[in-house]
Amino acid sequence: MAIEQDGLSTSTEGSVFTEKGKLQTFLQAWPPLVILALAWLALMIFIAIFAPLLTPYDFMAVDVLARLKPPAFFGGAFNHILGTDQLGRDVLSRTLTSIRVSITVAICATMISTAIGVMLGFLAAYFRGWVDQVILTIVDAQLAMPFMIIAIAVLAFLGNSLTIFVMLLGLYGWEQVTRIARGLAISANTQGYAAAAREIGASPWRIYLRHILPNISATIVVAMTLNIPGVILLESSLSFLGIGLQPPQTSLGNMVGYGRDYIQSAPWIMLMPSAIIVITTLSVSIMGDWLRDRIDPTLK
Amino acid sequence: MKGELSVKNLARHFKLRQRGTLFARTKILKAVDGLTFNVAPGEMLGIVGESGSGKSTTARLLLGHIPSTSGEVTFGGEKIGAVPNLAWRRMRRRMQMIYQDPLGALDPRITVARQIEEPLVVHFPELTPDARKARVRAVMGDVGLSFHHGERFPHELSGGQRQRVIIARALVMEPELLVCDEPVSALDVSVQAQVLNVFQDIRERNSFTGVFISHDLKVVRQIADKVAVMYLGRIVEIGRPDEVLHQPLHPYSRALVSAVPRKGRPARERIILSGDPPNPVDVPSGCPFHTRCPEVRPVCRALRPELISDAGRTVACHLINDPSFAGVPVTKGEAA
Repeated sequence: MAIEQDGLSTSTEGSVFTEKGKLQTFLQAWPPLVILALAWLALMIFIAIFAPLLTPYDFMAVDVLARLKPPAFFGGAFNHILGTDQLGRDVLSRTLTSIRVSITVAICATMISTAIGVMLGFLAAYFRGWVDQVILTIVDAQLAMPFMIIAIAVLAFLGNSLTIFVMLLGLYGWEQVTRIARGLAISANTQGYAAAAREIGASPWRIYLRHILPNISATIVVAMTLNIPGVILLESSLSFLGIGLQPPQTSLGNMVGYGRDYIQSAPWIMLMPSAIIVITTLSVSIMGDWLRDRIDPTLK
Repeated sequence: MKGELSVKNLARHFKLRQRGTLFARTKILKAVDGLTFNVAPGEMLGIVGESGSGKSTTARLLLGHIPSTSGEVTFGGEKIGAVPNLAWRRMRRRMQMIYQDPLGALDPRITVARQIEEPLVVHFPELTPDARKARVRAVMGDVGLSFHHGERFPHELSGGQRQRVIIARALVMEPELLVCDEPVSALDVSVQAQVLNVFQDIRERNSFTGVFISHDLKVVRQIADKVAVMYLGRIVEIGRPDEVLHQPLHPYSRALVSAVPRKGRPARERIILSGDPPNPVDVPSGCPFHTRCPEVRPVCRALRPELISDAGRTVACHLINDPSFAGVPVTKGEAA
């Protein structure tokens, strides 16, 4: 009875479907938060590519006469819009350069960890048996140990350079990708297309790289986007602790770390990079969630 | 160049673990239990039987897709193993399978033309891309697909077109042995007819040795040169289609054939089998069919009949193989 009454009340419009406005449909496909996040990430990538052209000063140029100048609108002048730090270096230039360094490190490291993860996951799925067991044990061991401690140990023993640093961060998050890739490859193997490819006579290389990888790539891409904020935060933490990138090289975490001594007298030195870390990691997470919902056909 | 497919004592047993008890007991499911037959070069063997009689397991055993428990399959004198090594992969060039579920057997992310081309890329890397494309185009024409279908993805095609893609992918290699596992059972009748016509055209042009599995007797009668009737993993009757499908001897074949409706003639007397097929985990002693057989005699419960050729017919039934049993009255009772 209730259904019939509902039908009567909506039938005044002459259709059982309620028409949605164009704006509403658009907002459903592209929520405003997602648009903001995507715009911010586009800006970050633009800065990462063109930072040397955008910086008004050299990020290492010291100007002792202009130390600790506040930003414009807070009592500072327009020649240093975001103020200067304790050595008189332009905060805007340093921030732009730091974004370039941090974003590049995060993307390179994530690619390395994805490549390692997919390779190990496929090896485990292909060989099964003891190879699978060994790989899963290494994954569990990695999960059981905080990555920060491994990173500190490695950096303490091997010293620091950009190459070592990127390689080290490339070990972050591989265990997640390994598990995902292994699980998806095993389930793909039981599906008809992988069996059919094998029964055509295709080699395992061909089955895994040409058939299984494209079919599971959507999930892997989402896992990658979720790994990026982790790497940015890890890089920031290590640099903050002083064992990440060393001065005069700069990164977002490095700026926060050295700016904290002046947090009371010149808070702008660390506020700007901190804000960028927060907004960027948040944006990547929002984009990852949105991508997952969009790519996964079962969630539509 | 073409070879004879020869199967000797082929068996495949699956171990089942029974759940629920404290100590798990394993039981053995005999999906295929001692098959012996030959398919002459260029001949098409049809295998019929109800669900669970081991037809699909047989298909996968014939091509070495799964290992057998015992027995062996040889094609053209060469033994077909089930270890997916280089030699096994090379052998795929000569033998292909057509699947029952075309959507499952196609990669959802690759256009169908590239999927038809794939066996050529794998087995004939020396062919130029143009030569491969020409061959794909030719085989797509053979199965009745237009070239523009090749640019589509599997989900954009209809069921019949997908099945034709599967057939084209198997035929592009010009295989010597083709095993078809219910290739038309998922299709509606009009598309079935199209696909069967495609099969016959291609067989006339390029006569391959074939095994055609179906539960549809009419389809098998149309396409096969020889028919085997399977029941619980064993062959109960094998022979020419006009004999097996028109004057069946084994009580099970008779029941199967009597279930096919005929046009224009008065309905045959239906032989309705009582009960379900027995659980293949607990195959009855003696003749596996004795629990449902309308002609059951005491000997059927005790002694398993062998597949015996006599007077041109090959049947596994005591009544046919030894007519003296026919005099014994039918024992109904605990049957059914």
